[in-house]
Amino acid sequence: MCEICGCPGDKDAHVAGQILRADNGKQIEVLHALLHENDHQAEHNRAHFDAAGILVVNLMSSPGAGKTSLLEATIRELSGRLTVAVIEGDLETENDARRIREAGAKAVQITTGNACHLDAAMVHAALHLLNLRGLDIVFIENVGNLVCPAAFDLGQHCNVVLLSVTEGDDKPEKYPVMFRKADLLVISKLDLLEAVGDFEPDRAAAHLHYLANPAPVLEISARNGAGMASWIDWLVKEHEVCQHFFYDSMVHSDANYPHGSQVHA
Amino acid sequence: MHELAICESVLRQVLALAERHKANRVGRICLTIGPLAGVEPHLLLNAFPLVAAGTLCDRAQVEIEAASVRVECEICGASSVTKPNRLLCATCGNWRVALVSGDEMLLRSVELFETTPQQYGSDAYV
Repeated sequence: MCEICGCPGDKDAHVAGQILRADNGKQIEVLHALLHENDHQAEHNRAHFDAAGILVVNLMSSPGAGKTSLLEATIRELSGRLTVAVIEGDLETENDARRIREAGAKAVQITTGNACHLDAAMVHAALHLLNLRGLDIVFIENVGNLVCPAAFDLGQHCNVVLLSVTEGDDKPEKYPVMFRKADLLVISKLDLLEAVGDFEPDRAAAHLHYLANPAPVLEISARNGAGMASWIDWLVKEHEVCQHFFYDSMVHSDANYPHGSQVHA
Repeated sequence: MHELAICESVLRQVLALAERHKANRVGRICLTIGPLAGVEPHLLLNAFPLVAAGTLCDRAQVEIEAASVRVECEICGASSVTKPNRLLCATCGNWRVALVSGDEMLLRSVELFETTPQQYGSDAYV
């Protein structure tokens, strides 16, 4: 009984002279994904990219793992072969976007302020600032963070997670949600491996497998070019898959995008 | 940190449901969250009242059911409950397993109330 007026509701249910009858409450079964809205927007983004035959790669890592350096080297390597653009997520600065432009690719900057991740709506706003025609690959450089970005689908075709040798080879064990999402693990800053001393690439790969993730592992130095060839091969192959899907889906509306081991057998 | 964004998404979904069912108060909001969803349940519970303030959900109770991490071995077929960072088959030790549950992030159900305009005599208000 309500202690304010003695009506049959409880005190909390007392609203401006009306009572809420608890017995007219109804339980609605929903079973929707919590991020249903974001997932829906991500599918919409993917449809945009698919319609343009563009491969979209979501690049994630902790801050300072070398995402921008890898992109600079990649843009130079792909120059004359595939046309690249980058959607840059950065907390405050335009520094990364400037580096991308200097390397020779278009860059759209999303300044996230204090946000710890990109979401599909931000990417949607950015993709309309890009002229998609003539592009082959769009990289989304996510906010440097091994936790939050993992929860948000952006409309990408694949996730590439960078792990620099200075961070420790047990990162997949510490951040299982992020590393489970990786379609490719890039071990970066390979040129520092000897100086670091205790990072073992095989151990990092083993920790990835313990997450039941069969993703390939590439060891790369963007600085001295080691491993860059296999990274470029991986990208070219993924881009071919994307192109095949693009033509298939024009013929068969129910074509399924192939993933992982179906591509890199 | 991203729990706030997830709360906002939950709130929008629940408010849309409340509108569709012409409800004007929300009771229990039941969620299922697995350890591999990347969401901390206690942070979500702390953040929800902040986004719900001033809405139909401002007295809603959020209940979170934790899902267990369960995998099925692709080699021996056994099903096991595992730790979130060690998705190995408990029977044969293989890592080639399929995740059966543990990464879900679901809005399971919502309890909605409609206000019945029912005035009481003035003597009822003391």
